[in-house]
Amino acid sequence: MIRVELPAHLRTLARLDGEVELEVENPVTLRSVLDALEDRHPVLRGAIRDHVTLRRRPFLRFFACEQDLSHEPPETLLPDAVARGAEPFLIVGAMAGG
Amino acid sequence: MSGVRVLVGTRKGAFILTADGKRENWEVSGPHFGGWEIYHLKGSPADPNRLYASQTSGWFGQMIQRSDDGGRTWEPVGNKFVYDGVPGTHQWYDGTQHPWEFARVWHLEPSLTDPDTVYAGVEDAALFRSVDGGRTWEELSGLRRHASGPSWQPGAGGLCLHTIVLDPSRPGRMFIAISAAGVFRTDDGGETWKPINRGLKSEGIPDPDAEVGHCVHRIALHPSRPDVLFMQKHWDVMRSDDAGESWREVSGNLPSDFGFPIHVHAHEPDTVYVVPIKSDSEHYPPDGKLRVYRSRTGGNEWEALTRGLPQSDCYVNVLRDAMAVDALDSCGVYFGTTGGQVYASADAGDTWNAIVRDLPAVLSVEVQTLP
Repeated sequence: MIRVELPAHLRTLARLDGEVELEVENPVTLRSVLDALEDRHPVLRGAIRDHVTLRRRPFLRFFACEQDLSHEPPETLLPDAVARGAEPFLIVGAMAGG
Repeated sequence: MSGVRVLVGTRKGAFILTADGKRENWEVSGPHFGGWEIYHLKGSPADPNRLYASQTSGWFGQMIQRSDDGGRTWEPVGNKFVYDGVPGTHQWYDGTQHPWEFARVWHLEPSLTDPDTVYAGVEDAALFRSVDGGRTWEELSGLRRHASGPSWQPGAGGLCLHTIVLDPSRPGRMFIAISAAGVFRTDDGGETWKPINRGLKSEGIPDPDAEVGHCVHRIALHPSRPDVLFMQKHWDVMRSDDAGESWREVSGNLPSDFGFPIHVHAHEPDTVYVVPIKSDSEHYPPDGKLRVYRSRTGGNEWEALTRGLPQSDCYVNVLRDAMAVDALDSCGVYFGTTGGQVYASADAGDTWNAIVRDLPAVLSVEVQTLP
C-alpha cells in the first residue's frame, strides 16, 4: 500500500479527505505511483504532470522520507519505507504569497 | 417571473448572483472553486442550465468545469489542450522566436444552438472546440497556422485569444481577437481565417497600420446586425460596417479612448457601452471617476453614466470580459472591477447599484436572462 499526500486544492478537486492509498506493484517508482494516482483519480491528469510530456509541473515538487525527488528521473525507485506504506509520498505545492 | 443570473469569474473563485426581473434583491452564491483563478464562465444559449467555467492555477494548470444545473453543482471535464501537430514559434517580447506553449483558457464561448459544443480561446493564442460537453478538445489549427502566426507577439497579459464572437446569421462565421495580433474572421467554421484589421492604426508598433500586430482588447456585435462590429482597441474605439473588412474610429468625445470592454445594448443595435481608462500604464479611470460611457448613435457621440458610480478617488480597472448585458425589456448592464465590485444597472445605464462590493478582483462577468 502506497500512501500519497496531495496539496489541499488537488484533494478538493479529487474529492478526497485525506491521504490517497494506492496498490502499486513492484518496483515502486515515481512514474508508477503517479500513473496509479492518475488512474484512480483521472481528474488529476494534467494537474501534476503535463499531459503529453509527463514532466512535473514547475510549481510542484515530490518528496519522500525527507528526500527531494523532484528532479529525479521517472524510473527512480521510491524509498523502501514509502513502498511499504510506512511513510507517505508527498506532492507539495510551492509556497504562495509572501 | 423572469430573472437574471450573473456569472462572475474572479482571481480567487467564481460567484453566481441571481435576482428576479426587477433586479433589486440579489442572492450571492460562492466562492465556487475557491482559491483558483476563474478567467471566464458562460452559459449555453441553447440550455441555460449548462454552464462552462475556466479554472486555472499557476500550480495545477487548467481545469474546465461544467454545470448542468445552473451552477448548483459542477463536474470537472476535459483539461487536455494539445496543439495540433508541431506548434512552432511566435514572436517573443524582444523579437526573438518563442515556442507556442499552452498556459490557460481565457474565454469559453458556447455554441448558439448546441449545449455540448463550446469554443475555448487560449494562451498562447489558439482556438479549441469541444463537441462533447467539454470532455475532449480539438484545436482548430487553421488559425494558429495562418501565415502571420510566427509574427504574433504577446501583449503585456500574454499572447491570448480572449474574444470569440459567433455570428448568429451565418453558422460558419466567427470572429476572434488576439492580443496583440488583432481580429481574424472565419467563414467556414474555423478551417481558414482572414485577418480583418484594415483601418486600425496603432502607434508604438513598427508599422502602425500593419495587417496584424494590433492589440485589440474586445469586439462586440448586436445579433440583429452582425455585420456591424464595435471594437475597443488598446487605444481607440472602432467600428466596422462590413464584418471587419474595414474599420473607422468612433472614439469621438470620450475622455480617454483606452479601455478594455465594449458591449452593445440588447435591444438597440446603435447603443454601445465602454469604460474609459486613463492610459495603458495607468489602468484606472481618468480623474478617479468611474464612468461608463454610452453612445446611442453607434459611436462618436458619448455620454457619461455616473449615477451610483464612485465619482472620486476611484482607481479600479474593468477588464475586457467583465461587462455584459441582459435581455430584459429594460436592458440591464453589468460590469465588475478589479476592486471586487459588481455594478448593475436595470435601466440601460442611467443608474447603477453595486450588487456586491468586496469580491476578489473580477476577471469576467456574464449574464443569463432566465425565463
